[in-house]
Amino acid sequence: MLAASSASANSLDESIASIQKVGPEGEGSVAASTAWKQLCDMDASAIVPLLTSMDQSGPLAKNWIRSALEVIFQRTAANTPENLPLESLENFLSDTGQSARARKLAFDLIQSVDEDKAAQLQPGFLNDPSPELRLGAVELLITEGKTLLAKGKTEEAGTTLKSALDSARDINQIKQISKLLRDKVGMELDLPGHFGFLMHWHVAGPFDNTKRSGFAAVFEPEKGPVDLSATYHGKSREVAWKPYSTTDEYGMVDFNQPYDPLKEVTAYAYTEFESDKEQQVELRLGCKNAWKIWLNGEFIFGRDEYHRGMRIDQYQLPVTLQKGTNTILVKACQDEQTQTWTKEWQFQIRVCDSTGTAVLSTNRKPTPTTDTDRRTSAQ
Amino acid sequence: MKSITTIIGLLFLFSGITRAEWLNFRGPSGSGISTESAALGGNFSKETIEWKIDLPGRGLGSPLIIGDKVFVTAATGPDQNQLHVICYSASDGAQIWERKFWTTGRTMCHKKTCVAAPTPASDGETIFALFSSNDLIALDLDGNIRWMRGLTLDYPNASNSLGLSSSPIVSGDTLILQIENDSESFAAGVDVKTGLNRWKIDRPKAANWTSPILLSIDSTEIAALQSSKGVIGVHPATGSKIFDYNFGSSTIPSSVAGGDILYIPSNGLTAVKATSDGAEPKKIWNEGAQRPATASPILVGQKIYTINGAGVLTCANASSGERLWRARLKGPFSSSPVAAGNFLYIFNEEGIAQCVDLSGEEGKIVSELELGETILATPSLAKDALYIRSDNGLWKLKP
Repeated sequence: MLAASSASANSLDESIASIQKVGPEGEGSVAASTAWKQLCDMDASAIVPLLTSMDQSGPLAKNWIRSALEVIFQRTAANTPENLPLESLENFLSDTGQSARARKLAFDLIQSVDEDKAAQLQPGFLNDPSPELRLGAVELLITEGKTLLAKGKTEEAGTTLKSALDSARDINQIKQISKLLRDKVGMELDLPGHFGFLMHWHVAGPFDNTKRSGFAAVFEPEKGPVDLSATYHGKSREVAWKPYSTTDEYGMVDFNQPYDPLKEVTAYAYTEFESDKEQQVELRLGCKNAWKIWLNGEFIFGRDEYHRGMRIDQYQLPVTLQKGTNTILVKACQDEQTQTWTKEWQFQIRVCDSTGTAVLSTNRKPTPTTDTDRRTSAQ
Repeated sequence: MKSITTIIGLLFLFSGITRAEWLNFRGPSGSGISTESAALGGNFSKETIEWKIDLPGRGLGSPLIIGDKVFVTAATGPDQNQLHVICYSASDGAQIWERKFWTTGRTMCHKKTCVAAPTPASDGETIFALFSSNDLIALDLDGNIRWMRGLTLDYPNASNSLGLSSSPIVSGDTLILQIENDSESFAAGVDVKTGLNRWKIDRPKAANWTSPILLSIDSTEIAALQSSKGVIGVHPATGSKIFDYNFGSSTIPSSVAGGDILYIPSNGLTAVKATSDGAEPKKIWNEGAQRPATASPILVGQKIYTINGAGVLTCANASSGERLWRARLKGPFSSSPVAAGNFLYIFNEEGIAQCVDLSGEEGKIVSELELGETILATPSLAKDALYIRSDNGLWKLKP
């Protein structure tokens, strides 16, 4: 029996290893398909090991493993539900060090066979590392807050909704809660701080982008460390860095403000971020213009798409902040289109961890709240 | 002209059009035509609803029909980050299996479309489900995963912030994809057995929502890839260019082929004769007034049909482009028409099914059915039924 169990474990490990080898451009898929079928034939004892393996698996491998796991789970639920490892799944779910997606999957599996248990667990995810697990818990608080408001218990509603806001990582939930807090409770909020939007910049431009050439062109600001006292040959004149702060609640850096609406131009925005330690974060950027970004002089990513839409967290860029001062340089290009919906020349960026929780610069300045703040800062 | 129409008639039967299955967007070769649906008539009514089921999430892709199975995709969850491939019984709509996946690419898209916008494709043995997130998943008819690709993992700038919707198609052992956008724009031929690239070519850096179709030149199957620049013909197995029509074309409605004649939404509608000798396709006719909006044109016998932005259906002589008649339908349309026998079936965005009898001198709208849900997908035809999905549901109809 022990030998059989050991053989089964070896088979499980080998199949998982085979799937974890899937590589770019379809590499390893044929072997993974064979391994996937072997996994699907396993019994319910494989479910939690498969979930655990996700932490060491890439995005594609996670999908292979997830699918095999669900086949096993559904078959067991249909034929021998008494063999479902529900207690082990709950233990796995409580281990916040595991893959966030795997834990959400564990919750969904529990919910699929025991809705009461899931409902019982849900409030406990209010501050969970998994943003998706938080969603349900925050939703419960939003409902509770609305009920309190309907009963005229404004102060209690404010406390409940503020708790919801502190835990919320979903953009739509944050917008919904902040509207309730402001309109119904009269609470002042610092949403840019909540999100971690970068509000204070220096901008330089306009440089050329005739025939969209500016995206590939290497203008002076991106040639080396930024010197805020430097002047450059711009598109039609000498240009210099000047301070710019945004008062936009979602951190929009609008180049049309300092430069007036222009077409076929390129501009740069520069800021610094103080980190008290080396740490993994995400730079989350939204932009409907062509853009590039550098962290500490290193090119991170760029994209030459114009006016196809933007949203908060449109691009999620994992990076490592160094201890001390980090420089962030963003390039944004405006194209030649003349339609009204092509006027925007802007971007927004925030610094957060992989769950969307804001990571703030240790010397973060107060959030500008009025045009006067912006003008004062820009002087 | 007579020779052209004869060729159209003969070659219409070519390139898999006699297959009973509905294996991709607009069915056999991307024609929108079923020659196997003789049992279908022109009566849309409540009595013709065989069954309706709820779907777990939105999707704009058409159902695939293979034997007694219907395959549908959907996207759910925050930011549409969960993908579904679901198999239903054609007999009663019962779910046979479902596979779920997490997206590995960007999910942002215009609110009208969704991540499950492309119609899957199949070779009759494997389903190839492509999503706007660039996830490409191959499953056999029993739901076993054959291979999986995350095209955004491979090509990080291959996306469109408005969403991708081009539907793939299979030719021989190659799955043909158009992942075309403003940035990392490409088309590829993927080995249906392994998921590996057979070929990959750069494409115009411009957003494009059209789908590849197949046409026949000298009994050889050619894939036509449309973009804002025009249409190129490529060898499906190698991606090598066979012809190039470079006079521009629409980026929303796709072309349709009849043998080696290609009807391109270009400067209105343009018919060209394609050749395999590298020569520029020869223009046969152009009609600026026949301007398909979102719905792709359809060729039925020797007549070509287009639907413009006002919902007007125009019938023209496929040989000459001469307009024969017009009929005002109830629009607007995102869905493309399909046809079987003498009937053309079209669904508007408000969920109204309309059937047009094409047998007379002028088209006649012979029946309508209000399904009461938003329909942006194109219907699919089986031997004895029509399948259509809304944002939330899937119907089997026997008009």
